[in-house]
Amino acid sequence: MPYLSLAIWIPIAAGLAVLVYGRDRDAGLARWIALVGALAGLLVTLPLWVHFNPHTSDMQFVESAEWIPRFDVRYLLGVDGISMLFVLLNSFVTLLVVWAGWEVIEDRVAQYMAAFLIMSGLINGSFVALDGVLFYVFFEALLIPMYLIIGVWGGPNRVYAAIKFFLYTLVGSLLMLVALIYLYRVSESFSILDWYLVPLSLKTQLLLFVAFFLAFAVKVPMWPVHTWLPDAHVEAPTGGSVVLAAITLKIGAYGFVRFILPILPDASRYLSGFIVTLSLVAVVYIGFVALVQGDMKKLIAYSSISHMGFVTLGFFLFSQLGAEGALVQMISHGFVSAAMFLCVGVMYDRVHSRQIADYGGVANTMPRFAAFMVLFAMANAGLPATSGFVGEFLVILAAVKVNFWLGFLAATTLILGAAYTLWMVKRVIFGAVANAQVRELADLNRREFWLLAVLAALVIGMGVYPKPFVDVMHTSVADLLAHVAKSKL
Amino acid sequence: MTMQQLYLLIPLAPLAGAVAVGLFGPKLGRGLSHWLCILGVAVATVGSIVVWRDVMAGARFNGDVYTWLQSGSLKLAIGFLIDPLTATMMVVVTFVSLMVHVYTIGYMAEDPGYTRFFSYISLFTFSMLMLVMSNNFVQLFFGWEAVGLVSYLLIGFWYTRPTAIYANLKAFLVNRVGDFGFLLGIGLILAWFGTLDYAQVFARAGEFEGAKLNLWGAAEWSLLTVTCICLFVGAMGKSAQVPLHVWLPDSMEGPTPISALIHAATMVTAGIFMVARMSPLFELSDTALSFVTVIGATTALFMAFLGIVQNDIKRVVAYSTLSQLGYMTVALGVSAYSAAIFHLMTHAFFKALLFLCAGSVIIALHHEQDLRKMGGLRRYMPVTWITALVGSLALAGVPPFAGFFSKDAIIEAVHASRIPGHGYAYFAVLAGVFITAFYSFRLLFLAFHGKARFDPAGQAHSHDEHAADRHDAGHEAGDEPDAHGHHGGPPRESPWVVTLPLVLLAIPSVFTGWTYIEPMLFGDYFGGAIVVRPEHAVLWEMKNEWRGVAAFVQHGVLSLPFWLALAGIAAAWYCYLVNPALPARIKSAIGPVYTLLDNKYYFDRFNDTVFAGGARRLGGFLSRVGDATVIDGFFVNGSARLVGWAAAMLRHLQSGYVYHYAFAMIVGFFAMLTWWVGR
Repeated sequence: MPYLSLAIWIPIAAGLAVLVYGRDRDAGLARWIALVGALAGLLVTLPLWVHFNPHTSDMQFVESAEWIPRFDVRYLLGVDGISMLFVLLNSFVTLLVVWAGWEVIEDRVAQYMAAFLIMSGLINGSFVALDGVLFYVFFEALLIPMYLIIGVWGGPNRVYAAIKFFLYTLVGSLLMLVALIYLYRVSESFSILDWYLVPLSLKTQLLLFVAFFLAFAVKVPMWPVHTWLPDAHVEAPTGGSVVLAAITLKIGAYGFVRFILPILPDASRYLSGFIVTLSLVAVVYIGFVALVQGDMKKLIAYSSISHMGFVTLGFFLFSQLGAEGALVQMISHGFVSAAMFLCVGVMYDRVHSRQIADYGGVANTMPRFAAFMVLFAMANAGLPATSGFVGEFLVILAAVKVNFWLGFLAATTLILGAAYTLWMVKRVIFGAVANAQVRELADLNRREFWLLAVLAALVIGMGVYPKPFVDVMHTSVADLLAHVAKSKL
Repeated sequence: MTMQQLYLLIPLAPLAGAVAVGLFGPKLGRGLSHWLCILGVAVATVGSIVVWRDVMAGARFNGDVYTWLQSGSLKLAIGFLIDPLTATMMVVVTFVSLMVHVYTIGYMAEDPGYTRFFSYISLFTFSMLMLVMSNNFVQLFFGWEAVGLVSYLLIGFWYTRPTAIYANLKAFLVNRVGDFGFLLGIGLILAWFGTLDYAQVFARAGEFEGAKLNLWGAAEWSLLTVTCICLFVGAMGKSAQVPLHVWLPDSMEGPTPISALIHAATMVTAGIFMVARMSPLFELSDTALSFVTVIGATTALFMAFLGIVQNDIKRVVAYSTLSQLGYMTVALGVSAYSAAIFHLMTHAFFKALLFLCAGSVIIALHHEQDLRKMGGLRRYMPVTWITALVGSLALAGVPPFAGFFSKDAIIEAVHASRIPGHGYAYFAVLAGVFITAFYSFRLLFLAFHGKARFDPAGQAHSHDEHAADRHDAGHEAGDEPDAHGHHGGPPRESPWVVTLPLVLLAIPSVFTGWTYIEPMLFGDYFGGAIVVRPEHAVLWEMKNEWRGVAAFVQHGVLSLPFWLALAGIAAAWYCYLVNPALPARIKSAIGPVYTLLDNKYYFDRFNDTVFAGGARRLGGFLSRVGDATVIDGFFVNGSARLVGWAAAMLRHLQSGYVYHYAFAMIVGFFAMLTWWVGR
């Protein structure tokens, strides 16, 4: 079975079906098609986990077909221990988002659902594409549905945010196309795996590094090219924020491990100090910035940037512990940030405000919601036995091994992360009932409850027993590190 | 059932209770909820006693339950290490926890969060057991942070009170500062030892005695000194040592049962336990031990002073806890680890007892916590009075109560030590004895003796006073229904669910001293669990002079600490019963000193301004200037404007007028011609 193709094309086909058959007057049909499509999209990815062979670093479930023979561009798909988990994560989050938007979205339901489904297929495509051009097409195409999601279903300042998001990421990735074409010229192939073997001088590697780095650093986002993210999150609808934080940021980080590290090992080692510095700036600087945000979504957006700092930090420590910590952090952040944005969405749907100052004492009227919010906040603050702890813990340990002060700066997240997250919880959840709107709040409905309960189970499950997640990565990460260690000069 | 299964059952039984009641508490109802939780903890208590007896008979266990994570050759596991140190902690934790569970039935009787409270304290018991039973650093860190989480939830239990949610955030963040150091210590261990398993680390500790770490410039540090100080920073947070002690007094915002369980008997002693567990590492660094000694001594003395000026009954006991934790830390610093654990054990009993007595008084007086509004309660509450007297005598260190033995052992050990800083520590622990006796009996006299200063016929205080009282801010708002009603009447002795735990805690507060001093300090009680180098072996020197309990008491009665304790009690008696006008006169005579004490040495104000305020100001600056002005304003929107400006400029070139284009052509033609000619 071509599981990977199915993972790409089922959601896209479902999205198109929603567009064709969905009617504004009868949104029910659109919702159900979307739900079935998302569910089918998730189901076809499960065999990837079940039949995955963790003992090889070779690509698995490979599909290959000619696409543009003139330039040897191929429809080449495959997953290894690094990318497989993200396909599952993405398909899972898509299902969550469809479910989360069930009653909440009343305006242009069909288009909304279609945008998410199509985006889901495109994201899966970027995670499994092994051909440079194919990757580029997926990578750029997914900007369009996200742009529409922010621009159409977003908040009052959505146009500014959408354009900022679009231009930032588009400009970032322009040079990447040049880099891809250059690599084709020297290797006469668009296969990414072929590029792992092509020798490149340090000067060439550095130029290519700049080109790829701009594309991926904007997506991650790394400091100082991060300012599009808070704006995009603030204006995006809840579902958009969930996908943005949980998945799209991961594509940037994925680019580092799929392209930069193995194709440009010498440049990576040469510039590792630079990346590590930027990552630590993200952890510390952004931690302080998050502290003073008055808008909950902005706060969580900054918190995402800070958490993604651990990802880039972990990759550029060049150790098994650091890289696996970074990958675990990516998956965990997918769960935790999705949950945090859903929590804000739950409150926003009732009060129509994201401002911390408009809340206070929510625990009095929404006790069940408060329990979830505190749990996810603790996960965001990296409490052990939640998934948020595992990645940060491994990366900090790996950092101390390289240099005590690297670990020292990275570990400040223990204090900063707790400070900005729990201070928000204190002002929003705890305290006496702050105003009439909070007094009127109704606790979680059944749909919201199960949505958060599923995420809670994953967050705790991954925190208590992260071994299965890490086990599938071992061989691929070891192979990746072997590539980085081998000079191409 | 095999012992291994029992080891697993002990932490899981309270967890099962916590999860069941946490998820379904409201459906299960109060009765079923509290019996489920009590059952879980009772199973753990009985199991712990069985394990303890087994260990005393020579059994040991060190094994993994499951592999938590494997990365490369590094295996991180969840597992148990069962030895005398662990077994002792298990018994103390589960026994005090069981007492507190029973007591809670009475104390929280009409609180709307009744089942939630039970769920939390059972969860705490699970976390604490995971912490003490761990055989590796990962699980230790898990338990470490998990007890912090439960402490956070319980301090903020009455979450409508502004003071409570301030205190719980503060507690969590200060503990995170400690955990920050702790995690770095763990990182150093992994970096050098390549494993996080206790047994492997301790076995190889000697190899790294000479290892150097280059931290800054050319200066080299001993690896083990840096590692141990990092680990100890964690202990400073959890065990509330200066300057990370600031959270503990505020934690009194939580309900009294958890003040007894978490903030006196068990969680705050986790740091003491951890350092004792790490004795094979700390023994290799005199610098780290010296650091521990000085910090502990400072805490022991200076926090005791603060106990004198507090008027809130719980805060007096809280400062007393800080000071006693200082004593334990000093004991660690002078390598008298077993004395520290011995004091930890006796302190757990008598301090939990004192807190529960305070709670009994508080409910009898309808949530009055101000000592100035108490007095004469011994007539109304005889059981509480007698048990509080036992607790106070134990705390003050009067023979034959437990505290006498454990405290005297620490003082003797400090006296025998030669670690740098021991002179200061000896002075601090001696002076501390007088002050401890003074504030403990000040509390006892103010609460139970003298004239009644509450209104014996009716409520302890009017509603207006209530609102003015900072500690009861949420109370007045009606968010915490008064569990015991404002139905007036004189104070009554508490129900049996409250007094029974008091009596059961008073018993070990009396006898654990003389029964365990010999095996724990001078015998082979701990087996190989605690390692002491010959040159640090202060207890060994004391053992040479050991002539049995009777001789120890006889010697104690003839030496300075005992007389200091008696002097403290006498001074309290004179100041608060004989001549009650005196304290006020002293207060005005020593004005500035009193102000300093009343403001708790200004630690809180300093932290609020410099750290909390500084972080907010820095964040605001980075957000405003860094993100908004420089990155967004200059670079992002700047590039947008640049593109716009360039487009506007270029637009002028395409004016559409033929003569403009013709003119440009002519200029271009001449330019080319010039270039061609000049070539």
